[in-house]
Amino acid sequence: MSTTTSSTDNKRKAPAGERVADWADGRLGIYSLAKANMRKIFPDHWSFMLGEICLYSFIIIILTGVYLTLFFHPSMNEVEYHGSYVPLQGQLMSEAFNSTMHISFDVRGGLLIRQIHHWAALIFVAAMLVHMMRVFFTGAFRKPREVNWLFGFLLLVLGMFTGFTGYSLPDDLLSGTGVRFMQGAVLSVPIVGTYLSMFLFGGEFPGGDFVARFYSVHILLLPGIMLGLVVAHLILVFYHKHTQFAGPGKTNKNVVGMPLLPVYMAKAGGFFFLVFGVIAAISALASINPIWALGPYRPDQVSTGAQPDWYMGFSEGLIRVMPGWEINAWGHTLVLGVFIPLIIFPLVLVTIAVWPFIESWVTGDKREHHILDRPRNAPTRTAFGVAWLTWYFILLIGGGNDLWATHFHLSINSITWFVRIAFFVGPVIAFIITKRICLGLQRRDKDKVLHGRESGIIKRLPHGEFIEVHEPLSQEALHTLTAHEQHKPLELGPTVDENGVERKVKGTQKLKAKLSQGMYGEESQIPKPTADEYKEITSGHGHH
Amino acid sequence: MSSQDIPEENLPVAQADGADLEKHGENPFADPGLPPHEHRIQDIDERAAKRSERTVAFLFTLSMLATIGFIASYVAFPVDKSIYVWPIGHISALNFALGMTLGIALFCIGAGAVHWARTLMSDEEIADERHEISAPPEVKAKVLADFKQGAKESAMGRRKLIRNTMFGALTLVPLSGVVLLRDLGPLPEDKLRHTLWAKGKLLVNQNTNEPLRPADVAVGSLTFAKPEGLEEHDHDFQTQIAKAALMIVRLEPDDIKDKQELEWSHEGIVAYSKICTHVGCPISLYEQQTHHVLCPCHQSTFDLTDGARVIFGPAGHALPQLRIGVNEEGYLQALGDFEEPVGPAFWERG
Repeated sequence: MSTTTSSTDNKRKAPAGERVADWADGRLGIYSLAKANMRKIFPDHWSFMLGEICLYSFIIIILTGVYLTLFFHPSMNEVEYHGSYVPLQGQLMSEAFNSTMHISFDVRGGLLIRQIHHWAALIFVAAMLVHMMRVFFTGAFRKPREVNWLFGFLLLVLGMFTGFTGYSLPDDLLSGTGVRFMQGAVLSVPIVGTYLSMFLFGGEFPGGDFVARFYSVHILLLPGIMLGLVVAHLILVFYHKHTQFAGPGKTNKNVVGMPLLPVYMAKAGGFFFLVFGVIAAISALASINPIWALGPYRPDQVSTGAQPDWYMGFSEGLIRVMPGWEINAWGHTLVLGVFIPLIIFPLVLVTIAVWPFIESWVTGDKREHHILDRPRNAPTRTAFGVAWLTWYFILLIGGGNDLWATHFHLSINSITWFVRIAFFVGPVIAFIITKRICLGLQRRDKDKVLHGRESGIIKRLPHGEFIEVHEPLSQEALHTLTAHEQHKPLELGPTVDENGVERKVKGTQKLKAKLSQGMYGEESQIPKPTADEYKEITSGHGHH
Repeated sequence: MSSQDIPEENLPVAQADGADLEKHGENPFADPGLPPHEHRIQDIDERAAKRSERTVAFLFTLSMLATIGFIASYVAFPVDKSIYVWPIGHISALNFALGMTLGIALFCIGAGAVHWARTLMSDEEIADERHEISAPPEVKAKVLADFKQGAKESAMGRRKLIRNTMFGALTLVPLSGVVLLRDLGPLPEDKLRHTLWAKGKLLVNQNTNEPLRPADVAVGSLTFAKPEGLEEHDHDFQTQIAKAALMIVRLEPDDIKDKQELEWSHEGIVAYSKICTHVGCPISLYEQQTHHVLCPCHQSTFDLTDGARVIFGPAGHALPQLRIGVNEEGYLQALGDFEEPVGPAFWERG
């Protein structure tokens, strides 16, 4: 009844789009959804698009991956090659390799899609790492975003394994060697290693099963989990609203930027096409994983310079530089030379993932944080992040020790020893240097706030002295440079109370106080300028 | 660990300058609020806006042309044609044409949309309020009360027998799924201890597929061999060669330092497993002068004159040696299987 009255009242028919929207709203409630999100505000900063690169390359991987499944045969049955690539004709190979050759040489555009898929995968994992570092260095992981940090971390780990299972599918000489390496590492697991290996490969290596098994893991299991995590990640980004850097008009209680419709729809939507376009152009120009040059996998053959895809490089470094320790006792072998790297591999990743929780425990800070830190204003965190990156890159050097040796004419023995030592020393040095740089930058900010910006204008005073004129900063700049918060280090207080009774301090409390002193003590931050300091100097007696 | 461990004044909120500065009058560092909007040239000059419009339209048109180019290339270029592209070299013409046209078609849509957003859509910054993520206390109280009510009505807490048996059933039921995984593969048993090598098996040259005579093995060369009877067409060839692959080198008997190595060799010819004892890559690099072999994967280096012991790299033990001799017809033959497992070490290896 009400509909008839309203339509007769209006005396007009709603436009078609509106009628479709009405239909959908009656069933899906889209108007309420759009009310909250259509004009949602997104702050602008170049680093906020790193996450977009991850999302878009993920979509590209799914699109191209579906295409590849139409032609790929995940089977290890041996067939003779009769395709159009002459050098391999007549050679025995698995159907997996054969169908990948077919995609590359006989399906028009197949090679392009294969290369887009592989390039996008490399870019996907790289973008995730860079995005994660952006979140780390700006403290965007703080409450309420810790869970989203973990979702992102899981995506990085799953992305690495999806990549590994993916590049193993063509069953070429290089990827087969990588699978063998993984199998050797699995064998090193004490007690259950041989069982795991037999179950994984359906018997002895390589057997006839692993391509089909990796295939279902690569195209269904892992991407399915990842898709769910990506959706959850994005829902949380929407729900929490985006973080922003400090600046005039920007507070912890608002979000300043431009609306989703139209600006971000156009910018973010357009950026998808930019990313896709660039990856397509790279795939047109730069060959990746030329399996025809490598040949089909044979467990008794190998090529030199064997390298995994870059994101597996740090695990390669661990395995290459580890001394070959083996303990043989009571009829058993403990293969430490392989097992220790296998354990350190996840530990390297977990080290960066747990930092947000350590930091929030030390600060005891339970408030929401929506204003990003400049890395310099959190020197210990920044130094820790750089130390971790240094660790990671040292292991990457270890993973490519043969390439470093041949390209830079170095001895492989000395590179290996360098990596062994730098594995322990490198992060410490990086930590110290980074912290110094952060403190230096804090001092410079303080100086700028109190004394103004160097104008480059030299003035001669009546008595002959030359001085440089410093221009005072605008209030916007003053606010931006002083908006950050500084934690006070935790003091345990006197261990004896006013009655002389000894107060018990728990060990965890002592540890917390120690860490807090390290992170926020005098050595770790420069007190930011106060308004009183500023007033005293500016109202002062006219120097500078 | 709880927040009361931390004295309140240590939290930055208590040290914020705001509160005490109110007393001193205005704060020089106070937030001046959003800066006034600055107009772009397109906002004030319609001709500039028109130029932007044309740029965007041009980019979109270029994308259309590129898509047509993509379809044309798909039809026009044969799949095996290669062209020279400076500085890359010879590449597939079809792949190059398809990739570049697709890239341009996509990139121009993106560039057009971004240019449109940057120059013609409103660039006025808007502030939106945030709301605390945590629910207000009333909501929390309501939810907790609801939960208590629900739990009470289910009688979970009161009827412990139901609760405990339910937990028991839910814990056990996934076991079926675990049990089903059993047939993923056979048990290891002693599979990793045996290879195809056995007493009397001839050493067949991998390249020529002919049995080897001592005279075929020259000083300074590296020969790869497989056991007789193993053919590439065999269904389990890959799995067998993964364990049986052999490398053969001729040394001067006087150079052999290891006594057992000398005993197991024939006229200075030694046969070692080709599978690295680190993680199983095939060893394929041989240094003639030093008689070192090197695994190209992780650079484990073995000294063939000294029982193939590890002299560098991450491998944990020497390469297993195969005992060889010659049969009546003068062909090289194995005098048994490897006496220890080949390839990477594992728990049961001992």
